[in-house]
Amino acid sequence: MHSSRRDFLRITAAGVGLSFAIPGLEPRAADRRGDERAKSFLTIWLGGGPSQLETWDPHPRTRIGGDVKAISTTIPGCQISDFYPHTAEQLHHLSVIRSLVSKEGDHERASYMLHTGYRPEPTLVHPSIGAIATHERPEETVEIPQFVSLGDATFPPRGGFLGNRFDAYRILNPGERGQNLVSLVDQDRQTRRLENLSILSRTFARGRQIKAEQTLHQHTIDAARRMMTSDQLKAFSVEHEPKPLRDAYGDNAFGRGCLVARRLLETGVRSIEVSLEGFDTHTRNHEGQAARARTLDPALSTLLKDLADRDLLQSTVVLVTGEFGRTPNMNPLEGRDHWPNGFSCLLGGGGLVSGLVIGSTDPEGTAQRPDDPIEVADLYATVLHRLGIEYAKEIVTPIGRPMKFCSGKPIERLSRS
Amino acid sequence: MSRLRNLLNALAPLLVVGGVVVLVASAARSPIADKSPRSLTAFDAADDSIVCRVDRLIAARWREAGIEPASRADDLTILRRLTLVLHGTAPSLEELRLFESDRDSDRIERWTERILADRRYADYFARRLSRVFVGADQGQFVVFRRDRFWTWLGDQLHSDRPYDTLVRDMISGRGLWTDRPQVNFVAAAVTDNVIDHNKLAGRTARAFLGQRIDCAQCHNHPFADWKQTQFSGLAACFDRVSISLVGIEDNKKDLDTTADRMTQGDVTVTPAVPYHPEWMPEQGTTRQRLAAWVTHSDNRRFDRAIVNRVWGLMFGRPWIDPVDDIPNPHESTVDTNDLLDVLATDFQTHGRSLKRLITKIAAMRVFRMSSQHPAFEQGHRVDDVERVWAAFPVTRLRPEQVIGSMLQASSIKTLDQNSHWTKRAVRFFKELDFVKAYGDLGEDELTERTGTIAQALLRMNSEFSSEWTKGTLFSAAGRISGIATDDDACLDLCFLVCLTRHPTDEERSLLRKQLEGARGDQRTKIVEDLFWSLFNSPEFSWEY
Repeated sequence: MHSSRRDFLRITAAGVGLSFAIPGLEPRAADRRGDERAKSFLTIWLGGGPSQLETWDPHPRTRIGGDVKAISTTIPGCQISDFYPHTAEQLHHLSVIRSLVSKEGDHERASYMLHTGYRPEPTLVHPSIGAIATHERPEETVEIPQFVSLGDATFPPRGGFLGNRFDAYRILNPGERGQNLVSLVDQDRQTRRLENLSILSRTFARGRQIKAEQTLHQHTIDAARRMMTSDQLKAFSVEHEPKPLRDAYGDNAFGRGCLVARRLLETGVRSIEVSLEGFDTHTRNHEGQAARARTLDPALSTLLKDLADRDLLQSTVVLVTGEFGRTPNMNPLEGRDHWPNGFSCLLGGGGLVSGLVIGSTDPEGTAQRPDDPIEVADLYATVLHRLGIEYAKEIVTPIGRPMKFCSGKPIERLSRS
Repeated sequence: MSRLRNLLNALAPLLVVGGVVVLVASAARSPIADKSPRSLTAFDAADDSIVCRVDRLIAARWREAGIEPASRADDLTILRRLTLVLHGTAPSLEELRLFESDRDSDRIERWTERILADRRYADYFARRLSRVFVGADQGQFVVFRRDRFWTWLGDQLHSDRPYDTLVRDMISGRGLWTDRPQVNFVAAAVTDNVIDHNKLAGRTARAFLGQRIDCAQCHNHPFADWKQTQFSGLAACFDRVSISLVGIEDNKKDLDTTADRMTQGDVTVTPAVPYHPEWMPEQGTTRQRLAAWVTHSDNRRFDRAIVNRVWGLMFGRPWIDPVDDIPNPHESTVDTNDLLDVLATDFQTHGRSLKRLITKIAAMRVFRMSSQHPAFEQGHRVDDVERVWAAFPVTRLRPEQVIGSMLQASSIKTLDQNSHWTKRAVRFFKELDFVKAYGDLGEDELTERTGTIAQALLRMNSEFSSEWTKGTLFSAAGRISGIATDDDACLDLCFLVCLTRHPTDEERSLLRKQLEGARGDQRTKIVEDLFWSLFNSPEFSWEY
């Protein structure tokens, strides 16, 4: 926290020293562009359940529509809520899915479903899609965590049966470089401390070698030490970005999170989730959704433009989603409740087809299911396929049960190359 | 949400003062702990039939699987387990010296009793259980007082009030959240000044019946036979509860309609319980009737749920995992081969005493086993050993236990209700900071986890680590390097305060070399480094 500038200089100096010592070591994947880059996965997570009617699927002037107005976008014929004027101008980079369906209407269970593509089960925790990407496509040049969650998410994505080391590394306050990255003592003493530690670890492993390994205690210490001396830590800071750009993203945790996400993508980080909470509008839905949009719209639109300008969009699958949508009918408190029976997401980048609008919901709000329903598993088969991962690959879980990464099939309309 | 956060920020100074007042008040109330336990009065040690029965049940599983159980752990390891799970810290040096001077064969039994009699048990266990009863979220401060709830629950646990009576208080209590803290069970379900009946129904089933009915909110339970209508009936039991300036009340007027999810039209839902409605009495408010049904002596789910929960807290792993998704019991008959049924029956027929339940579990062979097992060396049948509980489980300590042990190890004397209030206040706030930084496990605290890079960084480089290892006049590291008579004694003290054990011969010979001939400042630095290593060792942050 304190003296972070001095720490920063020390670490930067160490990083520079290293790159002199080992010529040819490329600290960032940033120089590779377009098709040369391995694909990454970026999720913009809208926690609490954004209302489809006040985001990407408005039904103005209907009984269920509320007070929202619809505006045209850069996708011909596609209108979205007028809470998102800037996103409307960048929408051609993505496709809109308006007919996601799931069976989970509880925040925790639905967040699980929308992170993993599976419903929660008592005997097994499925890995999130971001964790699968990191597991299957590790990036050797990255010394910082390869799966990063930016923002104070209520249900951060997890590694599940792949192991907790595939849990997302969390930066609660994006823009801060990450805490506790500088050793407390000089090199000699640090060496002594680590030598002592290995003596103690040997004792602990006696008679429980396998359990000791399963704790990953040593693994986390080694990874932490590698990270402490990495030049790539710079990717977590935004202070060297031009002020107008920072302002365009928004000077708030979510805006900074989106900017950091871009920097992490440049570094080669495989999976990133930036989360914005607060969409759970059981009362006064209109005001609640409008307030969230004031943060989301500038950040998302700037991010899409920034990625496209830097030729990073071709190598990044971008998904904008929450755990479910909200009821077409208002409750007596002018709120909307949980609704997994037809909600919206945005998906694109990474070479996916853009500019499509898939599915539609009933403007009367009486139909049980949307037209052209899309299952969450199919959404994730599409994502994994795009990332170059065998989505139907079966792996044996710790309880001995074989399990596919994803039980769905890619949505062909989006995958056509 | 942000308005709430602003309000909380504004109230922060009040919270600080409040926290200190709570600490001082509870310090003043608590009796002084007995320094040397010599009695076995509370629970008859000879009444060990339940312990034997469970030991036999588990031994049968070992035989069936053809697996040899682990050997007995040494007494210091068992003492460490007991204080970690019941006090949330490792034992102090003061306690360790007393324990080591006690040579009687029943010392573990007597120390279990002593640990349970100490107010630290009530305080720590109240925090663990309150996560189940009122959740881990902040809640709306104005109508929800977690601190009051902690103190109230701590009082109930300290006096070992029958568990069913305090559950009835929580479900049916009326009044103000400050004055009648049990109503915070209901107040914790307030969002935007509205009581969330669904949340209360879900929590009632999870916390008191060990079953997840909340997923039936939107669809029928995937494997248990919960139906959506059963969920709405249970939620309707809370329909009449209201919140106002006078607190939580039960409305007299009829409010039996609720909005349909699809149409938002009114549908009538009658308060109903999901099974055995005949256990529900005719008289009383709907909540009183529900409370009577939940705690009814034939409702075996109630006793099974708390047994599984307490087992989970003591072993770091519940008997049935997840802890609150226990399969239905056999209808009508108690299964004498089912550990939960056996322990639950014993619990119910002995006044639903939590202290007794804990004492019995602590006396079982499985609780006193080592976590070392040949299978963990050879890699053969590891899963089987774990499945049949043939070794004590290795689990990650809760962040509260890690910081609790750190703070205790930084002091030679026991930190308890008799400590100076400033020390207690420091502990209170340090704990909050550390838990936040280390990653709060939320309600889902019995899920098996490994450590993370962020935690490793926190242990290695944070201010907690630097403050704690620093060799000053008042810190354990400083005092040990000053007072230890020789190098061996110095190593012994460091290991005891940090890891509750003596160094092994190998450790002793390797580490002693560093101390040889070192004096003054140099010696202090070596001890500081050793403290850092002990703190970063797997043993410090894992239960084993």
